[in-house]
Amino acid sequence: MRRGLSFFNVTALVFGFAFLYLPILLLMIYSFNESRLVTVWGGFSTRWYGELLRNEQLMAAAWVTLRVAFVTAIVATVLGTMAAIALTRYGRFRGRALFTGLVYAPMVMPEVITGLSLLLLFVAIDVGRGYWTIVIAHTTFSMCFVTVVVQSRLVTFDRALEEAALDLGAPPWKVFFTVTLPLIAPAILAGFLLAFTLSMDDLVIASFASGPGATTLPMRIYSQVRLGVTPEINAASTILIALVTVAVIVAALVTKRSVMRAERGG
Amino acid sequence: MAAPEKSSRAVGAVRQSFAPWNEPGKSPLIRFEKVSKRFGDTLAIDDLTLDIFEGEFFCLLGPSGCGKSTLMRMLAGFEQLTNGRVLLAGEDIAGVPPYRRPVNMMFQSYALFPHMNVEKNVAYGLVQEGMRRDEIRARVAEMLKLVQMESFAARRPDQLSGGQRQRVALARALAKRPKVLLLDEPLGALDKKLREETQFELMDIQIKLGTTFLVVTHDQEEAMTMADRIAVMDHGRVVQVATPGVIYEQPASRFVAEFVGDVNIVETVVEGGGSGSPWALCAKNDGAALSVDDPDETLERGDAVVVAVRPEKMRVSRERPEGEANVLAGEIWDIGYLGDWTVYRVRLDDGAIMRVTRANATRFTERPLDWEERVFVSFAPDAAVILTK
Repeated sequence: MRRGLSFFNVTALVFGFAFLYLPILLLMIYSFNESRLVTVWGGFSTRWYGELLRNEQLMAAAWVTLRVAFVTAIVATVLGTMAAIALTRYGRFRGRALFTGLVYAPMVMPEVITGLSLLLLFVAIDVGRGYWTIVIAHTTFSMCFVTVVVQSRLVTFDRALEEAALDLGAPPWKVFFTVTLPLIAPAILAGFLLAFTLSMDDLVIASFASGPGATTLPMRIYSQVRLGVTPEINAASTILIALVTVAVIVAALVTKRSVMRAERGG
Repeated sequence: MAAPEKSSRAVGAVRQSFAPWNEPGKSPLIRFEKVSKRFGDTLAIDDLTLDIFEGEFFCLLGPSGCGKSTLMRMLAGFEQLTNGRVLLAGEDIAGVPPYRRPVNMMFQSYALFPHMNVEKNVAYGLVQEGMRRDEIRARVAEMLKLVQMESFAARRPDQLSGGQRQRVALARALAKRPKVLLLDEPLGALDKKLREETQFELMDIQIKLGTTFLVVTHDQEEAMTMADRIAVMDHGRVVQVATPGVIYEQPASRFVAEFVGDVNIVETVVEGGGSGSPWALCAKNDGAALSVDDPDETLERGDAVVVAVRPEKMRVSRERPEGEANVLAGEIWDIGYLGDWTVYRVRLDDGAIMRVTRANATRFTERPLDWEERVFVSFAPDAAVILTK
């Protein structure tokens, strides 16, 4: 039996997608608006992208964001991968359930709470808040996403491959770098991209963890919007959306490809 | 266990010139000495002692869960012993990690590295050894030639068929010239035709290289075809170690008789003969007597025994055979025509089912036996084995 698209289905689909993406689409369209007035179409132009490049505040914020996202992604990937390996490989150590819970907790923890608790910690131990505190805060909440991605690859990993390498004379550390790591690399890369995008578009936690002199792009945009939306902000947001979209798509493709290869090989 | 070399009679097809296990004073290459392995509450290996000699093609045969894989993985270094010692060339290898043992393994799943091509897979172990690059290239070429995979060097494992992967896995495991090659269910993933072909190839390679092969399998046909000696295992113990012929013709216990090949079992009691005489008279519960050889001459009257007869050593006939020691009457219950063999399932008058096979040596038969026909099943006194265990 073949089901065509009924009237109801089409309507539901259109409204659903419109609800999700129309605001974003409008924002992107208006980023190419010639007029300074956000709601009046004054013809196509890339003028605001040029203005954006000359806006030092925004550019500085963008630079901070990229640096934070990059360092966060690296640290979160290393820690997240280690956690994933510990959770899948050392099956029955004491406190495993607790450890699992601790790793996954940040995923469901309200961001405000994560942010607030980190702020309290930073105040308590008297660290100057700024670039590094944002990195630490972002690492804590993006690490668990890396763990999930890498762990899902590790559970399908054929342990006989590692045993074969050991058997052929490679000591454990070499087995890890010549066999395990190359085979889980796609998952690690996907986790890296995920952590990168999570850090890049975070507002709440960054607001709590940052201090003077370290303003991320989402924070800058948010504070400017309170004074009124400018087409520059639209342009900046459009670029941000494009970056995040690309990263997510690449991450998805990388994971899918590695899954397909794992299914074919072995 | 009965000594087979009592007279000049031999059992099975044996490499007559090769029997290091019969040489007195010969020290084994591998010795499992009172080995035990406990997983939690279960005893996987139970106080097991076993010698394997250099150059042997040795099979560990048993049903799944009998401990045969655990035993092999102990030798590779992937399982630690709970008790006992494993000696390789006289040295205890307990503390040696897997990557320093002169033993290589071919895994059941082949475990080829999917991110490396055939050449890199075979070279992996040599690279770990720190061998010179030109030597590696020569050795890899030699190994690929041995398994007839020269033209596949650049392929990746996912571009190979099951049989080709098996060959690459073999080449990789042999590349380091190990003292012992461990093969875990080496032919399990191949289809029947390819399996038989590969069995003979493995035997050829083993004889060519002279490497000691230790194979784990649950397939008795595989073990019978390839092995010089077989250790039949059950519940973590070795039940019998012998050549395939002895395992089949002189099984040490009912378990071995039933696990290796088909067998007809008659549970009975010793009535006459026995105690010092080379034969025994056993009474069946329907009053018929069976006369069976007892080469050990150890049976006593009243011993409960089983008489085991292989189906191909029984005859089935329409007329009562003259001068035959053991004749049992019954009717044909089932006939299975296999082409090369015909299997008759005969229901004896006491209800027991006997399986009798007959080779179809000719294409045509006068008056073939039919379903529900009255027949006689007969066998010679030396066709049966008396088992007390």
